[in-house]
Amino acid sequence: MQRYIFSRLIQSILMLLGVLLIVFFMLQLTGDPVSLMVSRNASPEQIERLREEMGFNRPMIVQFGDFLTSAVVGDFGDSIRHRQPAMKLILERLPATIELATASLLISLLIGVPLGILGGSNPGRFWDTLSRGAGLVGQTIPNFWLALILIIIFSVKLGWFPSFGRNTWTFMGLTLPTRSVILPAFALGLFTMGQIVRFTRSAVLEIKSEDFVRTAYSKGLPDHIIYIRHILRNAAIPLISIIGVQFGYLLSGSIYIETIFSWPGLGNLLAESIGNRDFALVQAIAFFASVVVVTLNLVTDICYGLADPRIRYGD
Amino acid sequence: MQADASVTPSTGLLVDQQQETGLWPKIVYIARLLKRDRAGTLGLIMFLIVVISAVFAPYLAPYDPLKQDLRAAKRPPAWTEKGNWDHPLGTDNLGRDLLSRIIYGSRVSLTVGFFGVLIACSLGMLLGLISGYVGGRTDACIMGGVNLILALPYLVFVVFIAAILGRSLLIVILIFGFTDIPIFVRITRGEVLSMRESEFIESAMSIGARPGRIIFSHVLPNLIGPLITIATFEMSAMIFYEAGLGFLGLSVPPSVPSWGNMLATGRKYLTIYPWIATFPGLAIVFTGLGMNLLGDWLRDVLDPRMRRVKK
Repeated sequence: MQRYIFSRLIQSILMLLGVLLIVFFMLQLTGDPVSLMVSRNASPEQIERLREEMGFNRPMIVQFGDFLTSAVVGDFGDSIRHRQPAMKLILERLPATIELATASLLISLLIGVPLGILGGSNPGRFWDTLSRGAGLVGQTIPNFWLALILIIIFSVKLGWFPSFGRNTWTFMGLTLPTRSVILPAFALGLFTMGQIVRFTRSAVLEIKSEDFVRTAYSKGLPDHIIYIRHILRNAAIPLISIIGVQFGYLLSGSIYIETIFSWPGLGNLLAESIGNRDFALVQAIAFFASVVVVTLNLVTDICYGLADPRIRYGD
Repeated sequence: MQADASVTPSTGLLVDQQQETGLWPKIVYIARLLKRDRAGTLGLIMFLIVVISAVFAPYLAPYDPLKQDLRAAKRPPAWTEKGNWDHPLGTDNLGRDLLSRIIYGSRVSLTVGFFGVLIACSLGMLLGLISGYVGGRTDACIMGGVNLILALPYLVFVVFIAAILGRSLLIVILIFGFTDIPIFVRITRGEVLSMRESEFIESAMSIGARPGRIIFSHVLPNLIGPLITIATFEMSAMIFYEAGLGFLGLSVPPSVPSWGNMLATGRKYLTIYPWIATFPGLAIVFTGLGMNLLGDWLRDVLDPRMRRVKK
């Protein structure tokens, strides 16, 4: 197990180095960063001086080395627009995004898992049709459009939920979400819910026909015991992996939802900095999102390895 | 080899296979399969509707999608109180006919989806073939790159690249074409690896067939099934992502009627004129639903093994 964790850890670090290389060269594609920082009528001498000051006139490889050493300690330079360290801006926005992603994951699990179990245990019946429909709908409705429709129905027509912004309340020193999170979380979570339904359904269907389930039935165990002890337990293992992947998607995929609901999170910051052509900040967000995704993948794989011995010893 | 077998057919099976070749019997066979699967038929019809509206847009659209008519601006759909049948789905903030814009918008979506998948599929297949066939260090290098790209938060990077490179149809196609290569590499490589172990490749090698012949007459024909299936799903995903980019103002220029651009306009008038955002979204859902139903059916028909592989 330790060897497995160690090799996955090395792999993840190599991956993040690859990501740094990609974001560094992507920023080079944007052209001269100095031209974005100076006023339009700056003299060539002024521009040259700024280039020297910022170190943009050094060889590419030296610049990359420099970028790498500061990136390792979390320093991504300052946002051109906000005149603040990029990492600080990201960390300020992080709680809102985590709140949204967690709420989305909870909603999609609460709906998705029961629906998947009902579908998988009654193949061909009403619940099965419903769960397959939910899987398809989750895959085919774009979340940015769903968000608009939800606003039209639940904010404009019915007035049940606010159409934008994030409200919180404090209870015993904890910052807690209010109903303002429900619409964005549902819109963001629909795709994940579809995936979870599909996944749970096919896992239950598959495990139901295994020999050990037949044995359990022939021992005369009641249905609910078989479901809880044998089927769901085994279905939970692959579910771990999909939850990890989906949480990464929710954290990084909230750019539309956060923009539409003016949710003060990372996705909103990303859209805003793209609008301002503040590419240093975009670069930092892209790297940060990659770190989150790679870390979640690593944690998922380790959990998976702990839960299922076949993974650790296979390949 | 096959010619020899057909001259002296030793089994009934070979004779049957001989009858199955030729274009017409294949079409009949596919039509029979379609008849059995209602969801697949529905998917195909929905997809064809979108294709037809894209190809024949100038003949189908009642108005010029760019023509502004401020006197008819912000008109609701025909079945509501203030609407009329001059503009069946109503008009947008500049009085442009929504139905015509949606019909023309299908051109952008399908162009991006088709050419994006074409690039991704052909390059991905090539790299996957090399990776699976050559193996060793080449394989490790290619798969390292593939796994790196698959581990990135896709949307964040697509948005990043689109923001840097600017708005044009060609750029959008290239972005999706190149970022989608890894999925096709993975599928191709997996198929090639499992085929390498199979007996028909082994026997082809043992009679001295050269790699080129093995790849073109044995490996490639067996790759078509799984690749077409994945291509359908990927094309529908690209249509989504293109609309998403358009929504953020990062896809084709604002003057081009596309579903994403229409959604971006509709969002500004969401609370007062909700239909402007509603209909282009329905068009995206319609297309996505059709292609997903079609893809599910293709997966079952072209390759029964794929039934259990979930993306």
